[in-house]
Amino acid sequence: MLLYVARRLAFGLILALLVTMITYGLLSFSFDSVARTLAGTNASAETIDGIKSQNGFDLPLPVQYFQWLGGIFQGDFGYSLYSGEEVGNAIGVRLTVTLSVVVLALLITVCVSVVLGLLAAARGGVIDRIVQVVIMTGYVFPALLIAIALVYIFAINLRWLPATGYTTITSDPGDWLRSVILPAIVLSIGGIANLTSQIRGAMTDELRKDYVRTLRTRGVPVSSILIKHALRNAAGPALTVLSLEFVAMFGGALIIERVFALPGFGVYSFAAATSGDIPVVLALTVFSVMLVITVNLVTDILNGWLNPKARLV
Amino acid sequence: MSANITAVVDPITPKDAVRESVTRKLLRDPQALIAGSILLVIVVLGVGSPWFASHDPNAASLDAVNAPVGTPGYLLGGDQSGRDILSRLLLSIPTSLFTAVIGVSVAVIIGVTFGLIGGYSRKTVQTSTEWVFSLIQTFPGLLLLIVLVPLTGGDYRITMAIFGVLLAPGLYRIVRNQVLSVKNELYVDAARVSGVPDSRILGRHILFVVRSPIIIAAAFLAGACIGIQAGLAFLGLGSTLVPSFGAMISDAFANFYTDPLQLVWPSALLGLLTASLVLLGNSLRDALEGARPKSGSASSRGTTRQAPQNTAPSVALLDVRDLAIAYPGPDGKPREVVSYVSFTVGAGETVGLVGESGSGKTQTAFSVLGVLPREAIVTRGSIQLGGLELLDLSEKDKRAVRGRRIAYIPQEPMSNLDPSFTIGQQLVEGIRCAVPGLSRREARATMMGLLERVGITDPDRVFSSYPHQISGGMAQRVLIAGAVATRPEVLIADEPTTALDVTVQAEILDLIRELQAEMGMAVLLVTHNFGVVADICSRIVVMQSGRVVEEGDVRDVFASPTDPYTQDLLSSILDEGTVRLDPPRTPEPVEAQK
Repeated sequence: MLLYVARRLAFGLILALLVTMITYGLLSFSFDSVARTLAGTNASAETIDGIKSQNGFDLPLPVQYFQWLGGIFQGDFGYSLYSGEEVGNAIGVRLTVTLSVVVLALLITVCVSVVLGLLAAARGGVIDRIVQVVIMTGYVFPALLIAIALVYIFAINLRWLPATGYTTITSDPGDWLRSVILPAIVLSIGGIANLTSQIRGAMTDELRKDYVRTLRTRGVPVSSILIKHALRNAAGPALTVLSLEFVAMFGGALIIERVFALPGFGVYSFAAATSGDIPVVLALTVFSVMLVITVNLVTDILNGWLNPKARLV
Repeated sequence: MSANITAVVDPITPKDAVRESVTRKLLRDPQALIAGSILLVIVVLGVGSPWFASHDPNAASLDAVNAPVGTPGYLLGGDQSGRDILSRLLLSIPTSLFTAVIGVSVAVIIGVTFGLIGGYSRKTVQTSTEWVFSLIQTFPGLLLLIVLVPLTGGDYRITMAIFGVLLAPGLYRIVRNQVLSVKNELYVDAARVSGVPDSRILGRHILFVVRSPIIIAAAFLAGACIGIQAGLAFLGLGSTLVPSFGAMISDAFANFYTDPLQLVWPSALLGLLTASLVLLGNSLRDALEGARPKSGSASSRGTTRQAPQNTAPSVALLDVRDLAIAYPGPDGKPREVVSYVSFTVGAGETVGLVGESGSGKTQTAFSVLGVLPREAIVTRGSIQLGGLELLDLSEKDKRAVRGRRIAYIPQEPMSNLDPSFTIGQQLVEGIRCAVPGLSRREARATMMGLLERVGITDPDRVFSSYPHQISGGMAQRVLIAGAVATRPEVLIADEPTTALDVTVQAEILDLIRELQAEMGMAVLLVTHNFGVVADICSRIVVMQSGRVVEEGDVRDVFASPTDPYTQDLLSSILDEGTVRLDPPRTPEPVEAQK
């Protein structure tokens, strides 16, 4: 198992190197224009060159890349070209905002999907049809529209929740929850549609399996068959869907944060990317690749724990 | 032979006949009609928008700043920059349509091409395509689109092309799975053997089969593309000169407190567009693939069951009278698969329930156990165990009977064990449910003893093994141990040896016979094998098409069968010169899989 984790981590590292290398290469095309923007409209060629060499843009590309990489391994992500902020720090602050929304959204997704998927598969009939309508609703409307509708209903019309802004969990947990609950709900809607239909399908399949019937003939209660046996066997593929949802939510957070004016990862990424803040964009790439690798690793480990057959790989 | 011929026939011809009815199905489906019409109207408006729009989308006029709805020349009013909302709205449609076309085409081209390659080619190629696509799938899509802005300049067409690549894994998976499943079909083999080149097989035979999942997925992806593009435009990605729903929503959102109505138009049109695409995709799925498997209706509950005609008090241990089981047919009306089945099993007796696949013998056995599939309805009859009417029991009371008084040995040992729990965990849970108050330790000790009793030499190892770690014969012994753990009065064995190796079959039958003698159980042995019946049964019940056609002492029935069907069955055995051994397992009748 330890070897397996080590192998996956090594693989992830190679992947991260590869992705950052490609990103670096692609971004290098925009170095000139960024330097020109930084220098201002009427800057002389010397000023532009000065800015280039100051940022190392004039060095050969591989040298630049390895210098940057060396910094990463020492925890140095460089400084923002525009604000001068320490990039690692700045991302960390934004990440906590986004993570708190995404994690909450994930929790909502799991709870709602498990209950709905289980009910639909176990009860069938009217309940199943209702759940299918819920799933379709989740697919039908773009998150953007749902976000705006929720802001309108709960924050502007009913005034139950703040429309925008973020309170840290340490300063006031209640206000924190109020500031992240709407964005989390919006993010979870797409996830709920996907995960519920996955769980519903897998549970329906499981409940038709022979072992379920045999357990029933032994007098095992339905609740135990559903939750202990069938749900556990259905959980593997659901976990994979969930890990993809997690990654998708990180992307989706981008739009949602804008609607709710949350100072998160998404808004920050967008600003950095549109302004060509190269150190920030590179750091973002590293963070998102690491995030994906971690999520996949955790998913694989959990899957191994759930599925005895996968354990000895 | 005739079966082989039909399998070799290319499915194209019959499918073409089906297509006719797909259109008709769609036309009859109100959801498809409404969604399709809305979509059509939007597309027509979009295509004609350069003529319909009265203003340039970016032409600002001071008079029109936040003009109310109905202002002359500005039907839906003006936005905060003084641009005509209706014109912008109309001209946003082509942007959305292009978005969908670009994103979906890229996804389809990449996904389908590599799906065909990945599914059809050798293992090494397959592994690498698989790897690349799972990699693509793990990327945080939106974030990547944003990070690449310095390169794409935010142009929505390039952005959507990249997004198409990110969507490709879903299609790749669909196509690859389909290819894998049809690759070894006989008609593909036949084409290959007769020298049709691979490219033609892929293009003509395989691509044809996968077209409906692709069409369905494309409709959903189109909705996703439009939604994402709106989101990106809302963020402000791309040129402000390109009119789009996202940009309009963004402008209106900023202007919300002044004129909330401005937000309604683009939101409504965007919502209509994506909703009709997704709903149309859903209808297409129903029409092309048939409705998805419904997880059973709750119809069996609350249905009244007719009493049996014979109301004489029951004397046998297990007494089944006039039993009828029905399943909802394709038209929703119940269709009987078992009718008027009556038989008895006395205490300690072994009765063989015999019939070919589909004769209803397994359904009968399941109804005694009370584990019929949910959609099954017992329409008539009675099942009594020692005078207790089983069909009237609540689920809770049934549970007390199952496992304790009636036990079950299945046909296929492997699939009847939960793959996620050890043998020991499953056995202990079973006996502790049947015998309330039994401690974990006692349960473990009892089961260990039983494992040894059923002929498992190293019970410790088996106890802590997972099902996939033991052999089929071993698994069947485990299931027998689990079944007899509570010394049941009736043991129902459904083809207990069919799935096993010939050498193990006799051992398992011997084991059942020994256990029966030891515990004094009655055994109802469901089988299609007269050899097994002759071996251990004292009485025989012969079923055909859901009815009992003959019942009697084994020797009498074997010597002088009265029913023509029994005669046929017996003579077919005699033709082979000897009582036959079990053939390879035949698939269970359709009804059992419902």
